[in-house]
Parts: sequence; structure tokens; C-alpha cells
Amino acid sequence: MIGIPWTARIALRALKVNKMRSALTMLGIIIGVGAVIAMLAVGTGASRQIAEQIAAMGSNLLIVLPGSQTSGGVRTGFGSQPTLTLADSEAILRECQAVKEVAPIHNGVAQIVFGNLNWSTSVTGTTGSITSVRDWPIGAGRPMTSEDVRSATKVALLGQTVVDNLFGGIDPLDQIVRIKKIPFRVIGVMSVKGQSVVGQDQDDVVFVPVSTAQKKLFGTAFAGMVRQIMVKAKSGGDLDPAEKQVTELLRQRHHIGPKKDDDFTVRNLTQMMQAAEQQAKIMTILLGAIASVSLLVGGIGIMNIMLVSVTERTREIGIRMAVGAKTGDIRLQFITEAIILSLIGGTVGLVVGVAGSQALSAIAGWRTVVSPFSALLAFAFSGLVGIFFGFYPAYKASLLNPIDALRYE
Amino acid sequence: MRLIEAKGISKIYPLGEIELKALDSVTVTIDEGEFLAIMGPSGSGKSTFMNVIGCLDIPTSGQYLLGGVDTGRLGRDELARIRNQKIGFVFQGFNLLSRTSALENVELPMLYNGVSVRERKEKALTALKTVGLEGRENHHPNQLSGGQQQRVAIARAIVNQAPIILADEPTGNLDTRTSMEIMVLFRKLNSDAGITVILVTHEADIAAYSKRVVRFLDGRVVSDEQRMPAGETKG
Repeated sequence: MIGIPWTARIALRALKVNKMRSALTMLGIIIGVGAVIAMLAVGTGASRQIAEQIAAMGSNLLIVLPGSQTSGGVRTGFGSQPTLTLADSEAILRECQAVKEVAPIHNGVAQIVFGNLNWSTSVTGTTGSITSVRDWPIGAGRPMTSEDVRSATKVALLGQTVVDNLFGGIDPLDQIVRIKKIPFRVIGVMSVKGQSVVGQDQDDVVFVPVSTAQKKLFGTAFAGMVRQIMVKAKSGGDLDPAEKQVTELLRQRHHIGPKKDDDFTVRNLTQMMQAAEQQAKIMTILLGAIASVSLLVGGIGIMNIMLVSVTERTREIGIRMAVGAKTGDIRLQFITEAIILSLIGGTVGLVVGVAGSQALSAIAGWRTVVSPFSALLAFAFSGLVGIFFGFYPAYKASLLNPIDALRYE
Repeated sequence: MRLIEAKGISKIYPLGEIELKALDSVTVTIDEGEFLAIMGPSGSGKSTFMNVIGCLDIPTSGQYLLGGVDTGRLGRDELARIRNQKIGFVFQGFNLLSRTSALENVELPMLYNGVSVRERKEKALTALKTVGLEGRENHHPNQLSGGQQQRVAIARAIVNQAPIILADEPTGNLDTRTSMEIMVLFRKLNSDAGITVILVTHEADIAAYSKRVVRFLDGRVVSDEQRMPAGETKG
């Protein structure tokens, strides 16, 4: 049997002889592999982004919102009727077994002033547990303590965007900012969180003790009212039990009869996000499948060229057979040519795919991630295309009768 | 010693309703070291016979023994091995690989029997030297004259030390002077290296170099005579 290096040499020479034809054949594979890589990069980028947003929001999270109420046949929207209280929040933590942590939220938009700069932002009254509920550690300074909440101290934790807009180089720690003209001491700065799922800047925020927000900033319709309660379940598997327990507890606490609607809503954001991630994954597969079609077409191009090549080089095959080439030698020669064609095409396609996905990121602003897996997949696939579509022509060539091949004009 | 034994070889091509009998019960025996010419007009079956004894074609019926081995029992790859080891072909149209140097053309048979790269080159250079093409090893076929191309083909035929050379109209595309040179080369290979040379020709002055002439007509052997080769003095 003829050695692989020699076969490769023969194949390379044969491909070099027909440069234009080889290049055009490769183009099919280049476009195919490039498209597969670029499409997978777009899809992977999208699902990676969603996955990161899920992580950024905080995992295993339920959000309890005050619900709509029906009053004389008119149903109001979510949150239109304040029904949640700080006591609800404390009760959830105390009585629901599947719940790990709660953070009551009482927020509003306020103007915040430092020196001669001012900035309008979302001011959120909450407790120290916000950091663990939202998986959002403090970047610098100290967290909010239960003492801060109990005595409604005027302290604030700033998001990075607020710091950037108010301080410009000055260390914000222990500085005094004014929120609605009330002085607050900055006790810490949150770490950078980035954009939310809907593209909102999550760092554009100020955290203050919930009691301070209730009493000094936004007021309450009744004592202890909060706008929402964030609930963190013990684990992903505890989300459903937690949802059930919270619902039961709140119905009981709000004295809602068995046939009446809830006056609150429990939202499982993680589930929604996971559904979105699932969709992104499906989209990735879909895009990949569409791109694979072009790879398939490229493969058929290879088969086409190899068949032409076999016919054109029938005499060469005859000569090789006359001097002792075996069936396997001839097959190996043509399969090697096909594989080399597709692997060179695959390599160039890889480069084109990576460049293409970077161009997409730059032009369309999409996030793209070229995973080693997709590169490997496209490359392996192009190799397989070479073997698969190279086999038939090679097989055909190897079965020629030596004398018929030699006499072929 | 018996080298080639063709017993009742027939080759029939079905042409629709009728059959074309290219070979009709041909029986020929050839010994080692013979220099034999197969003659006959076009369509007499002489090339078909050569293809059969060269294992390029398979007879419809009859038995062909090569070195005592019944080739009818061999598969494709075993026949390929015989062509590689036992037979060197020289064709009218040279049948060299274009865009491939003379050296690589001569190396070709060794590509298929596992000879090391270095030995391959050594043997190919020796073979080229034998046919008088020293220094032309890097020329491509289109840079060589017809006679030189045929010498490359002969070098390729002898490089594996095959005991048989089968030449099908080897001088058909060459002028008279070059033809004579090629025939002298064949005679030298026959007398010096003891290679059995079987050549197919329809030219009497080419056949004159051989020691035995077998004539074909309509697929049958019509005469088989030993003779004194031209240009050789008996003694």
C-alpha cells in the first residue's frame, strides 16, 4: 500500500494543476464552514448573554408584586393597589421553609446631588439582604446593617453609574450626598452589574434602608408598605415550593377567602429567563442547521469535481493500475484529494467564520461567541464531507478495468 | 523454463446480437529469456493477446499460467501485484504521467510496493542510466523527445526488475532512426539482463530484431517461427 505522505503529495499536485477549479470547489466548503461558524457564534453569543443576565439578576429569584384588585367590576393593573408590607416580607422569611432570603423593595425616582453635580436615579429602599438576594456584592465600603434598617439611618449604597456621574474621580466613601435635599452618607459602592435583560443599566441605582425610604423619601399609603418583595429560594428545585408557600402565606395574611383572587402576584423570573435561554438555544440550532445546508451543497460540489476529475484522469488511473496500483491505492488517492480539498476549505472557512462573526459584532452590535466546539464541529464536518463525497468518485475510479482505463481518450 | 503458458485463450466482446471474437482459442508458450514479436494486421487480436498476458484484461475462457501460477484464480489486487512485480509495460503512446518528472515517472511502480524513498530514487536513477537518460531525470515528458519519452517508459518497465517486458507498438510514434535505437535497447535488455521481451508490431523491420515471430490473423495464431535476428551474427 502506498504511504499517506506520498498520497498527499500526489493529491496536492493534482489540485495545484487545476488551481482555479480547486479554488472554486473549496469556495463551497469555505462558505459552508464559515456560515456554520458565524451562525453558531451569533446563537451562542445570544444565549451566553441571556445566561449572564440570569446570573446578574440573581439566581432562584421570585418577585412578589402587589396585585390588581377588582373594585366594582373595574380591575386595576399590577401594583396599582399597595398590599405588601414589611411585615409580609419578614413573615415570608420566617415561615416559608423553601425561602433562603428576602429583600423588601420600596423605591422611587429621586434627584441626587453631590457638590455642584446632580443626577436623577432610582432610589431603592431595601435591607442588607439585597446583596445576597441579587447575588450582587458590595464593591467598596460596608453593607447595610439591620441596625441601619431599624433606626432608619440616612446612609446610601451607590451603583457605579451614579458614582461615575456624581463624583468623577473623588472617592465617594463617607461623602455626603443629598437625596430629595436630605443628606445621606455614602457607606459603600456596589460592584458593577451591567445591563439587565431588557438593556436597562442596573448600576444606575442607589440603595438606602427601606425604613428610611418609607419614612423620609417616598412615604407610604399605610404603615410599612413596600412596593415589592424579592424572595430567594434555597435552590433551583425549591423555586416551586417557595412560590406555593409564599402564595399560601400571603393569602392567609391578607385574609383572602378561598374563592377570591390573590391581591398580589408571585413572579418566577428565573423560569422566564430560562425559557428565553431555551429559545436562544433553539435559534442557535436553527441557524446552524440552515448554515449546514450550504456545507452540504459545498460537499456536493466536491463530489462533482471529483467525478469530473476521475473521468478526466481515467488514463492516469490506467497507468497507475498498469504499474501495480491496487484498488485501495486508487481509492486512497482520490479520497485524499477530496479530504485535502475540504480540509483546506475548512481551515479557510474557519478563518472566514471567525472574521465574519467579529464583523457581525462590530457592524450589527450583536454579541458573538466562537466556541471551540463549534469550530471543531465545522472542521470535523468538513472533513467528513470530504470523505463522504470523495468516496463515491474514488470507488468508481478504483473499479475501472485497467485496460479500459488505459484506452480511455 | 516455461514463463508464459496460454492455453486455449478466447476473448469475446458481445456487440449486441453478434459476438466479436478478438481471440479464438489461442495457445502460445513462451520461455524465459525469449525475444518474441507478435505480428498481424489491425484487428487480428495481437494487442488483446498482449493485454491478457499482461494481466490488464481477463480472457473470456481458457487458462493463462504465468510462472506456473493460474492467473484466473487471482483477484484484482493480486493481478495488480503481478503487474507490479513481474511485468513492465511499454506502450505506443508512452503513457507517462504528464506534469511529473522523468524520475518520478520511473519511481511510480515502486510507490506501490513499499520501497523506501531513498532506494526508490537510487533504483530510478540507475534505470534511467541504463536507458541512456542520465541527467534528464528532472525533465518533464513535454520537455523530452518521443524517443526520450519512450526510454523513460522503458526505465519504468525495468525498474522493479520485472522478468518480462511487454511492448505494444513501442516504435509506432517514433521515426525510423529512433525506432532502431529503441529496438537496440530492447535487444540489450534481453541479452544482457535476460529479460523476456514480447513486442507487438505490424512492422516487419521492427519484428526483425526478435528471435521468434508469432503471427495473428482474425484472433488465431497462424504461424510461429524461430528466426535469426537481424544485425546479429550467428556464432
